[in-house]
Amino acid sequence: MKLEKEEIQKIADLARLDLSEEEKEKYGNQLSDILSYIDQLSEVDVEGVEPTAQVTGLENVYREDEVKVWDDEERQNALNQAPELEDGQVKVRRIL
Amino acid sequence: MSKSLNQLTIRQAQAKLEDGEITSVELTRACLGRIKKTNPKINALITVCEAGALEEAEKADERRKNGETGQLLGIPYIAKDIILTKGIRTTVASKILDNYIAPYDATIIKKLKKAGAVLLGKANMDEFAHGASGENSAYGATLNPVDNTRVPGGSSSGSAAAVADDMCIFSLGTDTGGSIRCPASFCGVVGLKPTYGRSSRFGLISMTSSTDVPGPIAKTVEDASIVLSVIAGPGENDFTALDKPVGDYSKMINKSIERIKIGIPRKLIKDTDKNILKVFDKLLDKLREQGVEIIDIELPHAKYGIPVYYIITPSEISSNLARFDGIRYGFSDKEAKNLLEVYTKSRGKGFGDEAKRRIMIGTYALSAGYYDAYYLQAQKVRTKIKDELDSELKKVDAIMTPTQPDIAFKIGQQVDDPLKMYLEDIFLSPASLAGLPAISIPMGEVKEMPVGVQIIGKRLDEKILFRIGSNI
Repeated sequence: MKLEKEEIQKIADLARLDLSEEEKEKYGNQLSDILSYIDQLSEVDVEGVEPTAQVTGLENVYREDEVKVWDDEERQNALNQAPELEDGQVKVRRIL
Repeated sequence: MSKSLNQLTIRQAQAKLEDGEITSVELTRACLGRIKKTNPKINALITVCEAGALEEAEKADERRKNGETGQLLGIPYIAKDIILTKGIRTTVASKILDNYIAPYDATIIKKLKKAGAVLLGKANMDEFAHGASGENSAYGATLNPVDNTRVPGGSSSGSAAAVADDMCIFSLGTDTGGSIRCPASFCGVVGLKPTYGRSSRFGLISMTSSTDVPGPIAKTVEDASIVLSVIAGPGENDFTALDKPVGDYSKMINKSIERIKIGIPRKLIKDTDKNILKVFDKLLDKLREQGVEIIDIELPHAKYGIPVYYIITPSEISSNLARFDGIRYGFSDKEAKNLLEVYTKSRGKGFGDEAKRRIMIGTYALSAGYYDAYYLQAQKVRTKIKDELDSELKKVDAIMTPTQPDIAFKIGQQVDDPLKMYLEDIFLSPASLAGLPAISIPMGEVKEMPVGVQIIGKRLDEKILFRIGSNI
């Protein structure tokens, strides 16, 4: 199955990835190869089989919903990772 | 000739520390000396914490002076750069986190700190743990210390290379579909992927949340068991971590394996390099002599492990890596003109080739119209792989395969063929998808390169791996 350029562009848009023309070409071919290989999964009979999303068997682990005070230094260090700060808040481009 | 201190195992170093024959500072200096000498070539480390390590070593010596003991007190180690270490740069081998300083410690790092282990530095790896060769790093490939023209395996490339090269006493890696076992096999060291949920994942940079497992890489099976006993158990912030007792692993070391049953999936491993199979069969003979019963088993769905893995993993990656948005942390492209471009340009420039490829596959597999055919089908086949392994493990105590179908390949040989690279994990992905514990242990050499044997146990039964493994 060959993925067309428009299809690659659509996936890149959904994934929020800005790709160069060479990358689109390369990934187009490689993704087609990989997906053809993966297509063998369709030969497995899965009639009546439940999907597995996790293997621990754990169900609904709860915790108290309470505010925990973060260490001031840790909080500041976390904030310092952002490219732009203003008055102790992460600055983003306008969205409206 | 006596060994240099950095060549010691945990057990040996601990004995010397307890006798007062050496100090942790001396041991740490020996490791740092080795790192200075060989790391510029091997490139196993992205960050070396010289001052911090010596400070921690001094503290460990002080604690020992005050009467404290402990199996990892004063033992120097290296952590894969996907594990958060407070105040220390944590890059996940990606340009997108080039300047990221972790604001807190991962739970397993906290546990090691409490035990008094000494962090020497952060290990190189395949970017975001995507790879089986160690070549997908924004900081350059790691070389195999046994043969510098070959790859060390991945994705915990630096962690395995550092242990093989005696830059440390042990290291931490993570294994999602083989990332501890593959490099352990290629470098000739012991690599343990514990049961899924055995240790807390809190503070690991998430790759595939349903199969990511942190674990030790060590020089002996016993050392791996010592590290697991310290890092096992839940923490506060990972609700998939299991609150199950770990038991006394030390009793398993060199315990008789008479009447143990080991299953061999002959059909699955038939295409393995024939020299590796010879070493494997010789090992089986040796085990038979010790009273082990070797039984042929069938795992007809294990061959679908790779196609299932390469749907589930990229799907979870495309979701987990969505957090790298150029806003809260990491690389942010200054040329972006609006919010959307902040996302697309930061991600386009920040992520490496394989990360982008996997995000693309995952996004495709999860997109409308393809979800049922790919993701849901893969999850159902995952059930079949898991049920089949569980059912065979009711008949036998453990399953054994060669870890890799081939010896470590040459650097650059497979970089342009992602599919071939994915097939490196052919014997490794089934245990990951089923959440079972598995270990790789050196079993011999082929063409002067180490080859490993993989042992897979029942869920939560790491004990059998240590018991069989210590008799190999």
